[in-house]
Amino acid sequence: MKYVISLVVGLIFGAAFFAAGFYYNPFVGQAKLSPLAVSDAKMTALSYSAVVADSILFTNDGESMSRPYPNKVSELWEPAIKDSQVLVTSLTDARGQPAGIGIKMSSPSEKSRLYKSEFLVNSVWHLYMPGRGTLAIDQTESYWAYLRDIVIPAWWSSSDAWRGSWSRNMSVGPGALGTARVTGLGGEFDGLQSEAVESLNARAYSTLQGPVSMSGMLSIAISDESALLEERLSEE
Amino acid sequence: MLGLILGVAGAASLVYFVQAVDLHREASLISVRPNGGNSETFYINLPADRIFAGKRSGDKSSAFPPGLQWPKDESLNGAASEIFKLRNSNNVVIGIAARVSNSQESSGAFIQWMLHLPARGSMFLRMQLKPSKDGLRNGLLMAGTGEFEVLNGGVSEYFNTEVADAEYDVTGRLELITSLVGPLGDEK
Repeated sequence: MKYVISLVVGLIFGAAFFAAGFYYNPFVGQAKLSPLAVSDAKMTALSYSAVVADSILFTNDGESMSRPYPNKVSELWEPAIKDSQVLVTSLTDARGQPAGIGIKMSSPSEKSRLYKSEFLVNSVWHLYMPGRGTLAIDQTESYWAYLRDIVIPAWWSSSDAWRGSWSRNMSVGPGALGTARVTGLGGEFDGLQSEAVESLNARAYSTLQGPVSMSGMLSIAISDESALLEERLSEE
Repeated sequence: MLGLILGVAGAASLVYFVQAVDLHREASLISVRPNGGNSETFYINLPADRIFAGKRSGDKSSAFPPGLQWPKDESLNGAASEIFKLRNSNNVVIGIAARVSNSQESSGAFIQWMLHLPARGSMFLRMQLKPSKDGLRNGLLMAGTGEFEVLNGGVSEYFNTEVADAEYDVTGRLELITSLVGPLGDEK
């Protein structure tokens, strides 16, 4: 009997030991510095509030921590879209002035691998900047660090909340350097093929309502490689 | 000690073999065209499938659902954004679609679609401003992800009013008919 008890206790401790190592794995990290920070390209930075109540519209399956906003918005309850989220938000430029409207759709990626400490999300943005044009962004984002550093500590906290200062790049692909892909759809961006990085800056999170103080930023390299090539050729 | 090792191995196996994300899939209802490409039609039942609508015209803004605050920024004059649930030919919801347009945009009037099908990928479409005589508005696939990443081709938008059905709160149906073709094989 004592051997069975020892085995069960060992199993529990073994699983707990693995879980602790998995959670505190120091070899898993996420970049804070944008790979575009060293780019020569002209950059456009667009910011938005990641707090649901500050958005124009937010919807999901209606059962997640972040509740759909406004209250009467249709929920995404159908099986094929129940894991998806839609965000419509106002965008501001680096000076805090209105810069346009962004629509983001995202869904968990089946390429997520827990043993690699990955929780991936596929997301797409449609950005409309009045007077300038429209852009499409597609990317894979990693939410592992977000879950580990913010969401789980908030669950553990007796106040059901997390406070601190947290900033990470969320984009991890499809670009080789972990950048999102940008396609110009119209206006001054017509024909543009470029890269972008989305980052999150969090200060407060609640398990009851999701992000309480959190903002996102899209850093977009506005450089048309073909235009640069043509420019160089004409100079030669 | 044996229990400890088995506990670690069991937890590691669980993490390794259990799929973290398993999205629901509907069968893709695609027909093959004579040129080797494929055609698929997506449907939006109106007004039932409308999730969001925001529009600014002159001094007036209109928005759906009730309680939504559409920006009053003057630069958005003429802009209209809508988000819908997207259905396949079996009338099953398979994705989400956004239609953004502005006929008064100073950088160039536009009508664009973004389609997001979670288990398959996404498409960005740019449409012509004027529909043809038969009511079709044609457009191009500008970029895609997932299974649409390597495809090229066109799309037609058609507003069908012949399917109105008061019982199901349908006054019309938007149809997006895609005609996409994959890349040619490697040249030798």
